[in-house]
Amino acid sequence: MSINATPTGADVAADETATRSGGRHAAVPAQRTGRRAKAPLSENKRAERRLGWLLCAPAALVMVLVTAYPILYSVWLSLQRFDLRFPDQREFIGLENYTTVLSNQFWWTAFGVTALITVVTVAIELVLGMGLALIMHRTLVGRGIVRTAALIPYGIVTVVAAFSWRYAWTPGTGYLANVFDGSAPLTERASSLAIVMLAEIWKTTPFMALLLMAGLALVPEDLLKAASTDGATSWQRFTKVMLPVMKPAILVALLFRTLDAFRVFDNIFVLTAGGNETSSVSMLAYNNLIRGLNLGIGSTMSVLIFITVAIIAFVFVKMFGTAAPGSDDGERR
Amino acid sequence: MADIVLDKVSKRFPDGTVAVQDVDLEIADGEFVILVGPSGCGKSTTLNMIAGLEDISSGELRIAGQRVNDKAPRDRDIAMVFQSYALYPNMTVRENMAFPLRLAKLDRATIDAKVDEAAKVLELTPLLDRKPANLSGGQRQRVAMGRAIVRQPKAFLMDEPLSNLDAKLRVQMRTVVSRLQKQLGTTTVYVTHDQTEAMTLGDRVVIMRGGAVQQVGPPQELYDHPRNLFVAGFIGSPSMNFLHAAVSEGRLRTALGDVPVGDRLRRQLEGADAPRELILGIRPEHFEDAELIDEETRRRGMEFDAPVDIVESMGSDKYVYFTIEGERATAAELEELAADAGAADFAGAGSSLVTRLSAESAAREGENRRVWFNLDKIHLFDPSTGRNLTLHEGRAAGALAD
Repeated sequence: MSINATPTGADVAADETATRSGGRHAAVPAQRTGRRAKAPLSENKRAERRLGWLLCAPAALVMVLVTAYPILYSVWLSLQRFDLRFPDQREFIGLENYTTVLSNQFWWTAFGVTALITVVTVAIELVLGMGLALIMHRTLVGRGIVRTAALIPYGIVTVVAAFSWRYAWTPGTGYLANVFDGSAPLTERASSLAIVMLAEIWKTTPFMALLLMAGLALVPEDLLKAASTDGATSWQRFTKVMLPVMKPAILVALLFRTLDAFRVFDNIFVLTAGGNETSSVSMLAYNNLIRGLNLGIGSTMSVLIFITVAIIAFVFVKMFGTAAPGSDDGERR
Repeated sequence: MADIVLDKVSKRFPDGTVAVQDVDLEIADGEFVILVGPSGCGKSTTLNMIAGLEDISSGELRIAGQRVNDKAPRDRDIAMVFQSYALYPNMTVRENMAFPLRLAKLDRATIDAKVDEAAKVLELTPLLDRKPANLSGGQRQRVAMGRAIVRQPKAFLMDEPLSNLDAKLRVQMRTVVSRLQKQLGTTTVYVTHDQTEAMTLGDRVVIMRGGAVQQVGPPQELYDHPRNLFVAGFIGSPSMNFLHAAVSEGRLRTALGDVPVGDRLRRQLEGADAPRELILGIRPEHFEDAELIDEETRRRGMEFDAPVDIVESMGSDKYVYFTIEGERATAAELEELAADAGAADFAGAGSSLVTRLSAESAAREGENRRVWFNLDKIHLFDPSTGRNLTLHEGRAAGALAD
C-alpha cells in the first residue's frame, strides 16, 4: 500500500505493520457483503471459487505471517504487565495498560504534536503539491527534467535528509542557522516543530504532486475547453471543473499522506530526539518499547496508533467516499 | 446573433506545420455553415480558432464586426458543443445547463426559467436531476446542446457533435439540430467529416483539404459543380466514378469508349500547355440501363457494354457495379480520398464502376449489360492540378458544351 517508509528500523516494526494493514482492512467488508446474498452456486462456480481461494492462499499465508501475527501479538502484549527489566512481574492485566496510557499527559502531548504535524503538513503539501502537479502537467519543454528535479527530495533517504536539516540549523556551522543570526531553533519547542514540519513538507510534497498529477490526467481536455467557452475564468475552471473531477485522486492522496504523516518518526528522531515535548506518538512508543523495555506499555501505544490510523482510513473511505486503493468501483460519479 | 468573418486566418504550430492556411470566410448572421473534410484538413483547428481555444497565427477574426483575435473564449460569447459532449460529471443535467448562466451571474429565478425552457425544447425535463453518467449517448448529446442554447450566445460552434452516436440516432439528431437552428436562428458553424451531414444540414458547406478551403457553396452547388477533383470525390455517396481519359484527335479515349468533346473544351485542350491525359468523372446516377431510355434521352449520351460485377437492390433503385478494363485514374487527391475512406490498400485489378440504375433494370450478376451515360453530366479534371475543366463561369457544362 504505502511506498513511504517513514519510520525506519526494526524497532517500530510492530507499529509499522499494524498501520500498514489499516487502510486495507477498511476496504474489505464493503466488497464482501454484496456477494453473500446470492443464490446457491453451481458446481462450476464452486470449483472456480475454490481455485480462487487456492490461488490466493500463498499471498494470504504470507500476509498472516507478517501482518496478522505481529498485530495480534502486540494486542496480546498490550494486555499484560510486561517490563523486561522486571520479567518476574509479567501478568495478564486486561485493559489496565490502556487506562495508564490514555490518562497520561505525555501520551496526549505526543498525540497533540502528531495531530498538529499531520494536519499542518498535509494541508501545506496539498496546496504545494497541487501547484507542482499543475506545473509538471502543463510544462511543454523539458518535461522530463522538471519532473525528475521535483522528485529529488522524495528520492533522498529520510534520515539523511533529516541530518542535513539538523546540520543546517546547527548554530555556528549551519548555513540556515547563520541566516537567522546564529540562533538555535532546535532548542525551542515551537521552532523545532516548525523545522520538523518543514523537513516533512520538503520531502513528501513531490509524492503528493505525483499522486495529484495522476488525477490531473483524468480531467479531459474537452471539459476545460467547454468550461472556457461557457465563460469560466481560469480560477473557475480550476475550482469548478478540475477539482470536482479530481476529487477521487485528491482524497486518495490525502489518505496516503495523512496515514504516513501520522506515523512521523525519523525526522523527529534525528532533529530533536523528542526533546522539548516534540515527540510524536511513534517516538513515544519507541521510547517505551525499545529504550524503556516496557513491552506492555509500548505495545499498548502501538495498538492505539493502529486504531487511530484505522479510524482515519475509515473516515476517508466511508465518509468522504475515497475509493479504496484496489477496489473496482474506483470511478464513482 | 452575429456574423463571423475570417480574414486570411492561418494557424502555424511552433514546429512549423501549417494546420490552416489563409482561410477567407464570411458567415452571415443566422447562417448554418458546415466545415467538412477528411481528418487533418484543419476544420477543427479553424473551429477552435473561432472559439478562441487556439491562437490565431495570422489574419483577423471578426465576430459581429469586432476583432476578437486576442479575446479569451469567455469574452467572445459563443457556445460550443463537443464530440465528447464534455459534460461536467459532478453536476446534474440541470447544473450542467445552468453552469454558463451561473458564471454569467444571473439570478436564480432567471436561471431556472431559462434551463426549464431549454429542457422543454430538447425534451430533457424528466432528466434534469440525473448525472451525465446515468444518461444514454443521445441524452448526453441533447444536454450538451441544451447547455449551448440556454445562454442565447452570438454563435454556436459544433465539433462533430453527432459522431459518437449510433447511425440511427445520428439521423434522428440531425433533424433535431437542423430544426433547432432554424427555430433559434443563431449563427452556427458545424464541423464534421461526414459528407452526408454536410449535405443535409448546412445552408452552405466549406470543403477543406490540407488546411486550405477548396470550395464554399450551398450543398447542391458543390454536388453539381465541383470546382476540383477533391470536392467532386468527397461529396456524394456512393462517390463519383473516376476514369482515365487520353486526349487524342479531339476526342477522349476512355474505358467506356471514345467520348466526343464540344467546341469550348476542344479549344481548351488544343493549347500548347494543355494536359494530354485527363480524369473523367461521372456520378452513379448519370448512368442508366440502355433498355430503359427513350430516343430523346439516348441522343444526349453514349452507351457501352460491360460485365456486371455486383447488383445491390435498394428498393427504390439498384446500385450496379461493373468491372471496367483499362488504366486507373491516378491523382494525389484521389489517393487522399481513398486513404480517408480507409481503402488506400484495397484496390483490385482494373477499375470498378458504380452505377445507380432504375429499379426496373434487369441487370444480373455475371452477365454483360448495355449501359447508357449522360454526356451533359460529365466532369473532366486535370490530373496535375485537380481543376475541373468543364466548369464555365462556375457551372459544370458537360463534355459537349459549345
